[in-house]
Amino acid sequence: MKAAINTQRRQFMVGAAGFTFGVAVGAPSLLVGDAHAQNSSVKLNNWVTIHTDGTVVIMSPASEMGQGSLTSLPRIVADEMDADWAKVKIDGSAVSDKVFGNPGRGFHQYTAGSATVTGYFNNLRQFGAQVRYVLMDNAAQRWSVPVAELSTQPGVVLHQKSGRKLTYGEIAAFAKIPAEAPQIAVEPVAAANFRLIGKDIPRVDIEGKQNGSTKYSIDVNVPGMIYGAILREPVEGAGIATVDDRAARAIDGVLNIVLLKNGVGVLAENPWAAFQARKALKVTWGDKAQGKNFSTDSGYAQFSAAAKDPAHPVIDWEKQGDVVEKLKTAANIVEGEYRSDYAYHAQMEPLNSVAAVSPAGDSVEIWCGVQSQTIAVTVAAQALGIPESKVKFNHHLLGGGFGRRGNRDADFVLDSVLLSKASGKPVKVMWTREDDIHSGRFRPLYVNRLRAGLDAAGNVTAYHHRAVCDHVMAFMDPVRFKQVKGRDGIALNGIGVGSYEIADRASEGVLVHTGMRTNPLRGIGFTANSFATEVFVDELAAKAGVDPVEFRLRMLKKDPRGRHVIEETAKMAEWQRKRPGHGLGIAYVNYSGTEIAGIADVTVDKATGAIKVHNFWCTIDCGVAVHPDNVIAQTESSIVYGLGLALIERISIANGAVEQSNFFDYHVPRMRDVPQMHVKLVQTKNHPTGAGQMAVPLVPSAISNAVFQLTGVRLRQQPMLAGRVKTALLAGEDRFA
Amino acid sequence: MITLTLTVNGAQREVTAHPDTPLLWVLRENLKFTGTKYGCGIGQCGACTVHLDGKPTFSCLHAIKDVMGKSVVTIEGLSSNGSHPLQRAWVEEQTPQCGYCQPGQIMRAAGLLKETPKPTRAQIVDYMKTNICRCGSYNRIIAAIERAAKEA
Repeated sequence: MKAAINTQRRQFMVGAAGFTFGVAVGAPSLLVGDAHAQNSSVKLNNWVTIHTDGTVVIMSPASEMGQGSLTSLPRIVADEMDADWAKVKIDGSAVSDKVFGNPGRGFHQYTAGSATVTGYFNNLRQFGAQVRYVLMDNAAQRWSVPVAELSTQPGVVLHQKSGRKLTYGEIAAFAKIPAEAPQIAVEPVAAANFRLIGKDIPRVDIEGKQNGSTKYSIDVNVPGMIYGAILREPVEGAGIATVDDRAARAIDGVLNIVLLKNGVGVLAENPWAAFQARKALKVTWGDKAQGKNFSTDSGYAQFSAAAKDPAHPVIDWEKQGDVVEKLKTAANIVEGEYRSDYAYHAQMEPLNSVAAVSPAGDSVEIWCGVQSQTIAVTVAAQALGIPESKVKFNHHLLGGGFGRRGNRDADFVLDSVLLSKASGKPVKVMWTREDDIHSGRFRPLYVNRLRAGLDAAGNVTAYHHRAVCDHVMAFMDPVRFKQVKGRDGIALNGIGVGSYEIADRASEGVLVHTGMRTNPLRGIGFTANSFATEVFVDELAAKAGVDPVEFRLRMLKKDPRGRHVIEETAKMAEWQRKRPGHGLGIAYVNYSGTEIAGIADVTVDKATGAIKVHNFWCTIDCGVAVHPDNVIAQTESSIVYGLGLALIERISIANGAVEQSNFFDYHVPRMRDVPQMHVKLVQTKNHPTGAGQMAVPLVPSAISNAVFQLTGVRLRQQPMLAGRVKTALLAGEDRFA
Repeated sequence: MITLTLTVNGAQREVTAHPDTPLLWVLRENLKFTGTKYGCGIGQCGACTVHLDGKPTFSCLHAIKDVMGKSVVTIEGLSSNGSHPLQRAWVEEQTPQCGYCQPGQIMRAAGLLKETPKPTRAQIVDYMKTNICRCGSYNRIIAAIERAAKEA
């Protein structure tokens, strides 16, 4: 037996085509669904369906945007129910926070924060175990034997004593559903013997991605569909002053021009006409935007002043002991300011959505790939003033998300709903790449100021970190901002000391309403805050005269998993081995429980300032890795993403507007930029934690630290553009006044 | 609007569109070959890569009036059933993540192997510089190309 059994009132459902289980994984109330007329192709509110031919259909509730949870989540259910993976089919779930919401995200159907496997893990295991028990119980009744005498092999219930067996499909043909559903206490992770979890398998979404058949929402075609494009205000809240659309309307194929609150929409017979007309619009914008005079430079000046002002009001993030007192007695004080520019998601599929509002305006069908299905449905319902039950949402795979597609106002979904309503036709609204950048919602601008005291032995005795940046959550998700009472973790995560043992410490945030558009971006606040922390820790190590690896290990005495990933990475990189002309730098982070360390091997072209990363070693411990090869793939992916943020990716703002337009002035890593990556996965018997973005913040700091080892110059601003590096090398210093 | 005939994936196909329309949009919206992706519209990302008379080309940069009489092959035409050595190698190496750029990557790589059947790593990296993968699957793309070159 896999587990102990007790019962709890839950409701299952059975249907003609087989056997369907539905439970709300975490929500307290019972799931009530249609117990009749089940059709095998469409089911709502069901997690698992077992067909009489043995096929097991498992729902996957999360968005698949490349991170692999379409494969990982059903794998968890299948492991515990002892399904034959070869007979498992995976289907995207319906939209319902109540049934499919992530228990780790407050039962919100929202795929973000690398929280999918970790958030659903316990509930899906328990549900898989329940399904297995019900199958065994039905076999026990048929054979008139105690259920305790039964066991399972993949897809089969066995009665060892008599040698009888029934396949899950055979059981589905006669199974009865108990009124009282069993509640199974599954084995703790530390003791569990997983059969599928932890084994590599092909991702379930690969075939369609190599032959072009995967349908992203941008590929949707609905009968009678027309096309929409929108020219948006350059600065949030500017409003429209005047529109001259004569040239736009004259373009062959243009059907209509529609005024929206924040832009001008074009409706056309084909995308080319829509884009041409969008370009031909002559719009003067209003001057109501809060951010109309904002620029990157003015932002840095304002943020830097706030970072230095001891009297400035702050959000206390983490506080312990008395930093001020401890600093007074320090043998050495180290202080530094670090900066991070705005950065852009650059998901390869530009934002888009397809909507068909009914002629009466009382219902809508939507086709889109989003990070939160329920947010999309709410936005559409509110825009049309209709109940959410009148919104049919077809979820698609995403051509990248990286945090851009989970904002509470679902701006790109709303576009399609409004333009469909205006035209009375199904509309595919596509953002051009230029739209995607100009109306991007960015990783905010950061100034981080750190101060620490060292005693005579080189121990850190006091530590102070203040981050100043744009508001993120208040803009992208006011609902959540209220729930967390202003503690904006998207902006501020990573300013605490994490696992480092420093008794007297304070970290605090200053969030500024600049009027700029912001969103979570892969690695969130860690990308800037951990950059500052890990470069600063390196500075402390240098001041203390201690090796940077050793310095970190000394502060992690109580975190063996943290020490282990650092030690493993140092071993892989042969940390102590000097390489002429090359520098090595280390970085470490405990990112939401995932322990991860990285070492960069760099050279610098002193004439141009260009940094080249040759190798990147990385060790990750995210507890149980449900799909190990995918954890490695996600870590490689995160390293490449971090490389871009570290070296080349920069959004700049002038007069409130974005200065970049496309991939010729917003550069992202290409194949030639990518180092040899050596990723080691350490599998530990801990509850799984995130894997989708954890390496991102390591890269900028590891590179900066490597450049210091090579040149003696600290780089304190990302991206470390060649020009900036050259200037710093010439000055022998990169310090902000 | 004009009506013209394009040769796509070996068949003559009649389309009605403005003659300046980029091939990309006609492939995607008129002919429903949606494996060819829009990424930037200006030849900077490679997501729209198709073969034009056998050579990898950005379909976003070619007006349809200029491709009449030429042979266009999209990812859907690279093989009838995903059996091209590169496509198999893409599966073997578990290369795609979000997958959006991968048809373009595969079409680009097919051009490389046609020109240089046994490319060095440096040749792969140089040839593939036109194509962006935001998921950063680059090293698995290299591994897949090397595998396909070996097995072809």
